[in-house]
Amino acid sequence: MSIVLEAHGIRKQFPGVLANDDVSFDLKKGEIHVLLGENGAGKSTLMNVLYGLYKPDGGEIRVNGQAISMSSPRDAIEHGIGMVHQHFMLIPVFTVAENIMLGMESVRGLALDEKVVAERVRELSRDLGMELDPNAYVHDLSVGVQQRVEIVKALYRKAEILILDEPTAVLTPQEVEDLFKIMHDLTNRGVSIVFITHKLKEVLEVADRITVMRGGKVVGSTTPSEISEAELANLMVGREVSLTVDKAAAQPKETVLEVSNLRVLDNLGTVAVDDVSLTVQAGEILGIAGVQGNGQTELVRALTGLARVSGGSIRLDGQEVANASPRRITELGSAHIPEDRQKDGLVLPFPVMDNLVLNTYYLPPFSQGLVVHWDRALENANQRIEQFDIRTPSAMTHVGTLSGGNQQKVIVARELSRPIKLLIASQPTRGLDVGSIEYIHGQIIKRRDEGVAVLLVSTELDEVLQLSDRIAVMYRGKILAVVPAAEATKESIGLLMAGITEKKPA
Amino acid sequence: MNKRRFYFIAAIIILLYLIVILIGSAQISPLVLLVSLLATTISVATPLTLGALSGVFCERAGVVNIGIEGMMLTSAFFGWFGAVFLNTIWSVPPLASLLFGVLVAIIIGGLLGLLHAWLSVSLKVDQVIGGTVINILAIGITGFLNRQLFFEKNSIFGGQIPHAPGVLPRISIPFLVDIPVVGKVFEQQPIAVAAIVLVIVANFVLFRTRWGLRTRAVGEHPRAADTIGINVYKMRYWNVIIGGMLAGLAGAYFTIESVPSFEPLMTNGRGFISLAAMIFGNWTPFGAWAAALVFGAAQAFQINLQQFRAVIPPEWAFLQYSYVVGMVPYILTMVILTGVIGKTVAPAADGTPYEK
Amino acid sequence: MSEEQGPKKTRSFKLPPQLVNTGLVPLLAVLTSMVVGGLIIAAAGGNPFAAYAGLFEGAFGSLNALSETTVWASPYIFAGLAVAVGFKGGLFNIGAEGQLAFGAVAAAWIGYALPGMLGADIPAVLHVILAVGGGMLAGGIWAAIPGFLKAYTGGHEVINTIMMNYIALNLTSFLLNGPMKDPNPMNVVARTPLIVESAHLPPVFPEFRFHWGFILAIGMAVLVWWLLWKTTLGFEIRTTGANLDAARYAGVNVKRTIIVTMLFSGILAGMAGAIEVTALNYRHELGFAVGYGFDAIAIALLGKNHPAGVVLASLLFAAMRNGATRMQFLTQIPVDVISVIQALILLFVAADTVVRYIYRIRSRDERFSLTRGWGK
Repeated sequence: MSIVLEAHGIRKQFPGVLANDDVSFDLKKGEIHVLLGENGAGKSTLMNVLYGLYKPDGGEIRVNGQAISMSSPRDAIEHGIGMVHQHFMLIPVFTVAENIMLGMESVRGLALDEKVVAERVRELSRDLGMELDPNAYVHDLSVGVQQRVEIVKALYRKAEILILDEPTAVLTPQEVEDLFKIMHDLTNRGVSIVFITHKLKEVLEVADRITVMRGGKVVGSTTPSEISEAELANLMVGREVSLTVDKAAAQPKETVLEVSNLRVLDNLGTVAVDDVSLTVQAGEILGIAGVQGNGQTELVRALTGLARVSGGSIRLDGQEVANASPRRITELGSAHIPEDRQKDGLVLPFPVMDNLVLNTYYLPPFSQGLVVHWDRALENANQRIEQFDIRTPSAMTHVGTLSGGNQQKVIVARELSRPIKLLIASQPTRGLDVGSIEYIHGQIIKRRDEGVAVLLVSTELDEVLQLSDRIAVMYRGKILAVVPAAEATKESIGLLMAGITEKKPA
Repeated sequence: MNKRRFYFIAAIIILLYLIVILIGSAQISPLVLLVSLLATTISVATPLTLGALSGVFCERAGVVNIGIEGMMLTSAFFGWFGAVFLNTIWSVPPLASLLFGVLVAIIIGGLLGLLHAWLSVSLKVDQVIGGTVINILAIGITGFLNRQLFFEKNSIFGGQIPHAPGVLPRISIPFLVDIPVVGKVFEQQPIAVAAIVLVIVANFVLFRTRWGLRTRAVGEHPRAADTIGINVYKMRYWNVIIGGMLAGLAGAYFTIESVPSFEPLMTNGRGFISLAAMIFGNWTPFGAWAAALVFGAAQAFQINLQQFRAVIPPEWAFLQYSYVVGMVPYILTMVILTGVIGKTVAPAADGTPYEK
Repeated sequence: MSEEQGPKKTRSFKLPPQLVNTGLVPLLAVLTSMVVGGLIIAAAGGNPFAAYAGLFEGAFGSLNALSETTVWASPYIFAGLAVAVGFKGGLFNIGAEGQLAFGAVAAAWIGYALPGMLGADIPAVLHVILAVGGGMLAGGIWAAIPGFLKAYTGGHEVINTIMMNYIALNLTSFLLNGPMKDPNPMNVVARTPLIVESAHLPPVFPEFRFHWGFILAIGMAVLVWWLLWKTTLGFEIRTTGANLDAARYAGVNVKRTIIVTMLFSGILAGMAGAIEVTALNYRHELGFAVGYGFDAIAIALLGKNHPAGVVLASLLFAAMRNGATRMQFLTQIPVDVISVIQALILLFVAADTVVRYIYRIRSRDERFSLTRGWGK
């Protein structure tokens, strides 16, 4: 088979990091080549270089044997390269047709000609065995359908080489299967695919070839038949990793959080959390699984006082806290690791010290009233930095300059360093490297064993399965089922995540 | 534009008109008065319409332009200066001088748009601060030059306010102007007419053309536009420059169409009210125009009430003070911004600099 | 990106970034503006060196000149602090002018009318406190209205504070031409009567106009610093300003904080007006407040929103205004050129990236954060 895309000796330097260090990579016609690596290994950087978004500091790119230079995605598109980004590059308020034609518009006279585009979109989607409505608005489509729009968008541009950046992160296991089917259809028609992921299981399922990256370098190339999952994991992380989380059986005690018939509206006024009831006991982890956007965000925001509750009750340690202020809920012993750490959890331009007292600055020992004792906050910061192994030059360093893992450790240190009864952890390891993930998982289990009730919300099904004692599945704002972790399998939970309830919900 | 907002606009205009007609009916017939109110409304809404269009172009591309006020003021000054200079120093006929003045105003507006684009797109200065800088710069420069050019003995005009070339003449819309009584509404000055034409053109450009699609794309999700090879910076630059030119035309209204003179600070907050009109109009040209007409009506109300000061009934005595009535547009702006008459949604990336 | 990736430690002889941000960049901005201003003066046919010499002499050339510079500086300090406090809370108060005017009107009214209303004299110290306090309150309330609208409806404070300026202008025009007009039959100006002597804030030395208001202004600068950096309220204001979502997450009552920030900002602006009435003019006259609001923005930005910086920037602006008259007398360059230079300073400071761009100073990315877009 001929090589359609070849990167040779790519180097890309960002301030403070060498994101790609002499990286070489090639793609054969009609194959699926998986690029594996953990968050921050340099996979996305490499692909952004291949797609013309970043200019490499060194190295060469060849398409069909010809060396090319790219200064913008326009060049990549011209050479038949298409990319589906991890965060979709669709404009929610535009229609499918508008999104697809953007940049390659058909016009008649001065005006846009949407009919021609719509026809072509229908044609392309039919070829892939799906129906896309060209006139639908993107914000009305599910994540899975949006991903197909992205694929059609690339094909509309006559892409022969398709780069899929972490495409499975937002899908249910069934949707993942459908995606794999589409990918095989495409390769059968001669399209070549680069598939980027950090999930080991799917690598072996879908790959023709595998290239592993770590710390900005290529550390190995192989095929699925030559390597096991454990070996891949070691190669990816660079040391022995246990693929399972060690934890003792839970010892659940009294009920700490009791939610009944909770209803929450999102900011557009539609029902996001619909009649949800659940309980979390001291000493157990209740995991909430579900595809992104099924009401988990709103549920957590309502539980922590950040969103208005429009019906039902929330009892924390026996006290009604529906529509209570975030401060009251915190003071009752609730800790919150927020989904979006940079938006909600940290004040990036403030020092580590300030961020470590973000919700306790007004309490002793930091303050008895009006005056803040910053000397005590500094002392506190130095202790936490030591205790939670936060890698920072000093307590006065702005938290925005730290790595993602260390930023998350600042939040974890703050939230877990006061006496708490409930821990609400929302996507606690999103975007982190394996070391940080292991650390944070360990901390969560440690709190559980100390008798804290833990509500874990994660769209990473593996994470939910590993950590939880019981698992609740959320779909379109409802809890479809709550099952003991011991009885849950990836398949059974996956079906529930897609809204399919064969059995009567428990 | 949703119904609720449309009714609100209609209600406000009718209310304001009714008060004037009730008070003035003692002197002038209601129909004549209504026509005069309509004509005034359309005329005084002109800078607001153009200012709001300026805002629409900038913000649809993702750049907040709070400097419209300053762009108007500066253009008003330079447009005026251009017209006067040609007319008095080079003895060009008045109409040609005035048209040249309009051109100067548009160019100056475009240049300030370029400055704003440079600050906010290339240098990524906070856009509100960048706009404020333009506003303050405008006051400083026009104040200084106004004094230097028109009041200093050794200036080209010899320290006297030169003989003015007047204002742009009215043009009549064929046929419509012949309708009895109401026809007067269709006799407007050129910039007022241009503003309405530009509303239609802007609507077509933004929602029906390739340029508009790309403009809205960079204002909603610049990274998405970037990933398919649209040059975000270029789109933003050009739209802000277009916005500046529209604000420049609005500036020309003040000194070339409305009155034949320049006064420091003469734009009186119209640039800011334009932004409120843009917001209330949900970032669409027609919506912005409708909102501008509300403010136009408020101003027409104020102007017309002045005529009838003598016959204002004693129980409405507070209306005799022009200062009291003068607050109406500003209060209206604040009410509109509360969103009680329906919230509007800004372009998603509005005000956010794009970093590759 | 690996765990080790922290900020790079640079071991060179460069100035610490803090000093570059707060010292070098503003200084270069001022110098650059002076150079551009000099070019403008030259273009207008003047000698820039003579002009600046005159400016300097007029501002610092004698004890009296120094005293006058402080007289100019005190409203700048108050108003600059007002804008700076807003910025720290993430709020852009463009309405200092209206708040200042309202503070002045209130102080004037308490100064001339209150004793008559009470039918008794008020002891001097108390009367001054009442007049200044009333002015602070009036300014505070005037600013708290847009603060309230911001907190509860999302109405953007930039437009609302400007609208409040125009409303204040109309309202004070109404008051000063109507109910509060100086009844003196010789008077044709829109102004209040003179305040009674018990409401006068006296000069520090009888032979100069240097007054206690300046000392109060410095005191307020210290107070603002203490409040913002040493108290829980200050931490709440700064957190809300730097990241509203995180403030809400941390349990800060952000609505209240927004209103309190605007109230405090308005109090400072109102104080500027009240001090001018009680210490200097002994009345309020229409048009007096014009321009202070925008100058205050320039001062806050030049002072990097730090109280000490605001005091220094105020002294600079005051020196320019004060020296300008002498400059005009000596070189016939109109005082208006100062407005242009100050606008340029603002351009170069606000957009400090412009200065960094001109002088190729690398940014250490500590960017300014204001609310983006309109409303919620």
